[in-house]
Amino acid sequence: MSALAELSQALASGAVRVVDLTHTLDPDFPVIVLPPEFGQCAPFRMEEISAYDHRGPAWKWNNFSMGEHTGTHFDAPKHWISGRDLPNGAVDEIDPSVFVGPVVVIDCSEGAAQNDDYELTPDVIAAWEAEHGRIPADAWVLLRSDWSKRSGAAYLNLRDDGPHSPGPTPEAIRLLVEDRGIRGFGTETIGTDAGQGGHYTPPYPAHFTLHGAGKYGLQCLRNLDQLPPTGAVLLAAPLKIKGGTGSPLRVMALIEG
Amino acid sequence: MTQPLTPPPKKNPEKRTLSPTLPPEARSRAAMGLTAAAAEGRFALQVCGECGATLYPARDACNRCLSVDLRWQDIDPRGELLAETTVRTSTNLYFRERAPWRTGTVRMDAGPVVICHVHGDVGPRARVVLSNRLDRAGQGVLLAMPEAPTPHMEDDPQLRAMTSDPKLRRVLIVDARSENAPAIAAALLQAGAATIFAGEAQSWRPNPQRAALLALGVQLLPLDVTDAGSVRELAGEIGGKVDILINNARFMRPGGVLQRGDTAFAQQEFDVNVLGLMRLAQAFGPAMCARTADGVNSAVAWVNILSAYALVNAPEFGSFAASQAAALSLGQSLRGEFRASGLRVMHVFVGPTEDDWHQPLPPPKVAPAALAADLLRGLQAGLEDVHSGDVAKELAERFRAGPKVLEREMTMGGRS
Repeated sequence: MSALAELSQALASGAVRVVDLTHTLDPDFPVIVLPPEFGQCAPFRMEEISAYDHRGPAWKWNNFSMGEHTGTHFDAPKHWISGRDLPNGAVDEIDPSVFVGPVVVIDCSEGAAQNDDYELTPDVIAAWEAEHGRIPADAWVLLRSDWSKRSGAAYLNLRDDGPHSPGPTPEAIRLLVEDRGIRGFGTETIGTDAGQGGHYTPPYPAHFTLHGAGKYGLQCLRNLDQLPPTGAVLLAAPLKIKGGTGSPLRVMALIEG
Repeated sequence: MTQPLTPPPKKNPEKRTLSPTLPPEARSRAAMGLTAAAAEGRFALQVCGECGATLYPARDACNRCLSVDLRWQDIDPRGELLAETTVRTSTNLYFRERAPWRTGTVRMDAGPVVICHVHGDVGPRARVVLSNRLDRAGQGVLLAMPEAPTPHMEDDPQLRAMTSDPKLRRVLIVDARSENAPAIAAALLQAGAATIFAGEAQSWRPNPQRAALLALGVQLLPLDVTDAGSVRELAGEIGGKVDILINNARFMRPGGVLQRGDTAFAQQEFDVNVLGLMRLAQAFGPAMCARTADGVNSAVAWVNILSAYALVNAPEFGSFAASQAAALSLGQSLRGEFRASGLRVMHVFVGPTEDDWHQPLPPPKVAPAALAADLLRGLQAGLEDVHSGDVAKELAERFRAGPKVLEREMTMGGRS
């Protein structure tokens, strides 16, 4: 039997399951908040075109609008200044084979429950590797924080000194990108960086390092608690937006058992 | 003495809500000068430029010298009640439903004898102050008021029919995040408003006004004027209980056209300031229009807080001012669309306000409490146009004097 036929059979039998890692696009879902003099990411909005009425008697449809970085979304290298000159840095230029691939999950949920500013450090990665083996090259690495279980004000967790949410230190993200050669890095929080990530050197190290090296980001993921530490396959294909720096998307994982 | 209003009993759900009716609306173009003055709370009559006679009623030529040089001028509104009568029934539905209704004649100190509505506290042959008011048809009418305030005089049924008084009414303040929301809520509560709802967008962000509003007893409900679904949902829930809607939602950023490299902020300005108003009106307008004859707490007014630069652009805030001009125009459309119901659209024009986006501008700036006080006075007087603060007042005067001159002054740079 061919590999794909086997996969189809496994999907049909339930031996391989599909896990949805996506939040619903909802007008109330938070977007990143920047200082108000900067341009802002548009939240998700939907306006009815018609609903089986005088505007269109037999059909219902909507127009929607949002930013490239609204809801569960993908960051392309072009998103950050460090990746601005890389070839194939926009979502429409990326080789689609990148959109399907292996994924490992580093569970930081316990630490994040204790500390809103929990940091993913090289030590945490070393401890994970001691248990699960070396992070394979060209894999997606997802940081599980259970942050997706938060709602309302607790999600962005904004205070007078900015948002507070977990993320990687500059050293950790360099380790993943430069030593392990990962494909991309994903989080449950609003960005791949910690809420206070602007205070690291370089500021926003995940964005800076990932995109500077042509790697990808995923954020606002959910259901990471349903994924095994290793062995799952991630499906994450952004919309093919001309010159797009990112895209809302449906992220799914295939898991065994 | 006026009987003070008491809180209305809960509505009998078996009874049909009264349909709105209007007092007679027809006026000559000449007579509309009275309406224009009433919209701003001024008492004005025609004065002949030739012979100096003060005229009443409005006409196209002076009845003394036949001059057509008649100008509306602010006039001393005092006089003496000559005669009065109480109408107990009428062929006009509006007055029939509101009988008994006092009318009378007043000899003005300025000369003319006028026919007018008469406040309940005005005694025979009493000295009166004539007040030029918009009636529910939106036309200027004269009401003789006691010369000195009397207890609860604002509760007189004839007067209340001409005002948008918040007393015992339920108010929705659209944007609970605005710096002016707590001041407006406090002023309305002080004036006897029964309930204040305030709409809060993006409840996932801290709202600096939240504590102050909750301390006042304001009910915070989710509302984002950029989200049609959110507006519809709140209207579905409380649309039948909103007697006064105060649209204080505003998005502004500095800059005209060239100072900005794109249309992103402009989109937000138009989304909040123009389309937001439209979404609100589509969701809340019909229910409010249907409840303008619903007793003591009937729906009475729709308030838009607009920038004074809706009248003329100021290029430092050129894009924002354009959105305000569009909102003003939309408000005029709403006046036309609400007309048959008697729901009043009041515009509060305000110059630079004390807030983050006007921080680099020199004083005078309008503080939230001052804006709230002007807004409240406008409601209590039943006005259509309120100019809050010195900048707004001055701009309105200059606009009246010559829109093109004002435009030139505003756009030539280095203006004072």
